[in-house]
Amino acid sequence: MLYREVGQYKTNYAADMSVMPLIQDRVGIGIILFIAAVIIPYFGNAFLIQAIMIPFLVFSLAAIGLNLLTGYTGLLSLGTGAFMGVGAYACYKLTTYFPGVNILIWIIASGLFSAVVGVVFGLPSLRIKGFYLAVATLAAQFFLSWCFIRQPWFYNYNASGAIEVPTRTLFGIPVTGATAADATRYYVVLGIVVAMTWLASNLVHGRIGRMWMAVRDMDLAAELIGIRLLRTKLLAFAVSSFYCGVAGALLVFQWYGSAEPAVFDVNLSFFILFMVIIGGLGSLTGSYLGAALIFILPIVLRYIPPHLGIPIRPATVDHIQYMVIGALIVLFLIVEPNGLARLWQIGKQKLRVWPFPY
Amino acid sequence: MRAPAGPQASVGHVLLSVEDVSLSFGGVKAVSNVSFDIHKGEIRAIIGPNGAGKTSMLNIINGFYHPQQGHITFRGETRTRMQPHEAAYGGIARTFQNVALFRGMTALDNIMAGRTLKMHSSFFWQLLRHGPAMREEAEHRHRVEEIIDFLKIQDIRRVPVGRLPYGLQKRVELGRALAMEPDLLLLDEPMAGMNLEEKEDMSRFILDVNDHYGTTIALIEHDMGVVMDLSDRVVVLDHGIKIADGPPTEIKGNQAVIDAYLGVAH
Amino acid sequence: MHLIYQIFIDPFVQMGNAPDLLVQTLWEGLVAGVLYSLIALGFVLIFKASGVFNFAQGIMVVFAALTLVGFYEHGIPAYLALALTVAVMFGLAFAVERAMLRPLVNQPDIILFMATFGLTYFLIGFGELVFGGDPKVMIASQLGLPKGAVEIKMAGGFVSLQKIDIAAAIIASLMVAALAVFFQKTRVGRALRAVADSHKAALSVGISLEYIWVIVWFAAGLVALATGIMWGARSEVSFALEIIALKALPVLILGGFTSIPGAIIGGVIIGVGEKIGEFYWGPLLGSGIETWLAYVIALVFLLFRPQGLFGERIIERI
Repeated sequence: MLYREVGQYKTNYAADMSVMPLIQDRVGIGIILFIAAVIIPYFGNAFLIQAIMIPFLVFSLAAIGLNLLTGYTGLLSLGTGAFMGVGAYACYKLTTYFPGVNILIWIIASGLFSAVVGVVFGLPSLRIKGFYLAVATLAAQFFLSWCFIRQPWFYNYNASGAIEVPTRTLFGIPVTGATAADATRYYVVLGIVVAMTWLASNLVHGRIGRMWMAVRDMDLAAELIGIRLLRTKLLAFAVSSFYCGVAGALLVFQWYGSAEPAVFDVNLSFFILFMVIIGGLGSLTGSYLGAALIFILPIVLRYIPPHLGIPIRPATVDHIQYMVIGALIVLFLIVEPNGLARLWQIGKQKLRVWPFPY
Repeated sequence: MRAPAGPQASVGHVLLSVEDVSLSFGGVKAVSNVSFDIHKGEIRAIIGPNGAGKTSMLNIINGFYHPQQGHITFRGETRTRMQPHEAAYGGIARTFQNVALFRGMTALDNIMAGRTLKMHSSFFWQLLRHGPAMREEAEHRHRVEEIIDFLKIQDIRRVPVGRLPYGLQKRVELGRALAMEPDLLLLDEPMAGMNLEEKEDMSRFILDVNDHYGTTIALIEHDMGVVMDLSDRVVVLDHGIKIADGPPTEIKGNQAVIDAYLGVAH
Repeated sequence: MHLIYQIFIDPFVQMGNAPDLLVQTLWEGLVAGVLYSLIALGFVLIFKASGVFNFAQGIMVVFAALTLVGFYEHGIPAYLALALTVAVMFGLAFAVERAMLRPLVNQPDIILFMATFGLTYFLIGFGELVFGGDPKVMIASQLGLPKGAVEIKMAGGFVSLQKIDIAAAIIASLMVAALAVFFQKTRVGRALRAVADSHKAALSVGISLEYIWVIVWFAAGLVALATGIMWGARSEVSFALEIIALKALPVLILGGFTSIPGAIIGGVIIGVGEKIGEFYWGPLLGSGIETWLAYVIALVFLLFRPQGLFGERIIERI
């Protein structure tokens, strides 16, 4: 009853093809954005913003990036961590060489570097498919990780091997570095992530999204209707890596404040992949849901038991986290391979006819 | 029963001709020295017992398989090796024996996908989903809706194709091929697995496509009744060799054809 | 110019100057290769028989080794601990079949592949919870495995071969031979190959999928146990092994996913390639190229021969 589409008629094709044709959806998104932009910064404490919201948004962006490649185009990638790393290190080098330029420009530009690297490592996709391609992305992952550790140029020949984020300002307000306020960093991340989500949504609802999904579903048939496979796959690699690169730059510049190369290892790749699997392959909403579940879970495990009086060691939290995530992956693949996004859709479907059962 | 295909009815010049084509896969000869042509505007049937090389023949025309010998001339241009997407851009569209729809997408999206080669708006406008990109989407949606009306699949537009019954899937696949506005439409067993009513519907659609859009059609079919009713001319393959070529009435009585189907060794 | 000399000439000069070092490096590569092959063997077993690419093979190696050491540390004598670990691996195979494989029967391969990711992470967490994350010492001598080294004098220097490595090579060869015979000659082996081709078809001729899967995962578990013992005896038993186990992927690409001899040859090529590459070309690029060299070798291979050296070419029918 609440989620009725009856009465909302469209009189032209453009209106019918809009991304959110139903008023309820638009209102819902509006409310979410309002909460994100106003309620949370105003009422939330530093912990909520710094340790939960900012990383959640950053991981959602990375999950969207991977989802575009794996969920929409069907190209399994285990190199997400490395592509994020390229973005982070690119941003670091760019702002080292050109400290006067607006950091936001560099954050976006670092995505371009990541896109180029993504295309290079995506070239094999012309000849290899499926999990052979996954092994190629592993090559990218290990090679790039090695670069970040062993090629001192990346970390400006720092003795520690790590990179430290310098303070940069925007309109006089510190945006990165130790002096940047939580709220400032939150707004930067929120702004970028929301904008990029909107762009991704536009892409997947139009011609390019259809091309990607066609390649995923049956690439032979896609070729037959005139889709150029290599171009489409490389575009997917480029856009996906762009998103992961920006996410990596945001991860270092707006969340951690510094980074060791070990951050962008193969485990990060797997974590983002798990977010995409659990959230739902081929769904932008799913990317957010998956990121929320995988990211919030360890926090819940870490803080709830002490609240309830059950003592739990941090190491144990890690172990249980791995077990729960592993079990959830298998569970979701068995029960709902389309992930949380599909469960959400089923929920909306029920809302359509509520209070009637069907 | 279709009007007999006299010289006037077999409209005009040759659209596609297959010249002395041979294809083998690692020792197995799928097609041997086959030559035939397809006239513009006609409905050409390719028939033959199982394993005759019919699907391989379509795959060659499409650009999937590259023959070891011989070539294809399409609209005057001769090619030996053609990529599938080149065939698409050249005006050749195709359906498959086992429906090759994009299972993750709705019927509407599948047919819209068929318009891809006609959509040219840039990446920039696609990112914004505004301006030229939206105008193009609306314009192509309009054409796709014409096809949806033509095939009478309005109610299943938004259904993911994996959930559709087989007969409707084949119709959506036909719609996707039509969306490409092809000059030559290749249909691989369009009636397979259909009941009588579905076959009648599909036959009517095929005839309408040929009459209304003027599309030349080549189809592989096992149902002899359909072949007799629909086609202007028939080519018969057996074990990769052409054994007969002519109007359906002639083929019906051809002894070599009857032998092939009955499995008489020759 | 100097760079060209450094890349194409100098390493070979070095090899010629100190042939004993070359042989030592080759031997190290061979040993590493044998161990990679053992892990790859576990993959091949499961893939050949069920079409599932078991990403969790690496963690199964670690898990088996940890279980063995864990039993021993609780006071159980070595051979009994070994027997108990075998039982545990059987239990694991049974549990995996019940909880993971049966519900996912007939799903596309990529789904099963992703499910093994979940299994991997679950076992990592579970293993760390039960055994703790610290590295442990393998009970090599208690199991009767030799210690010490054999030294061979040659070409002005000498080459040192660890006895445990020789033992590993021998045991690996025996296992490979036994498995090859099993698959080709026995009834169960044939049934396993049928299942790998098509679940549905195998069911329709009366092959019990559950029975087959438990057997094959158990066999893979045994291979994992042997690998864990060998590897742990050489260095130590820790979770770092899990990442090294990913190296089995390039091995499989070289050797083909369904070929047992391929796994061995692929493993040796990767092992030797890595060690030689690291030793003679590594210093040029900055050390540690071992971490990615195997993958790049595999990648290059994929571009020219996608089915590996011994794998089957899959022809897609439209």
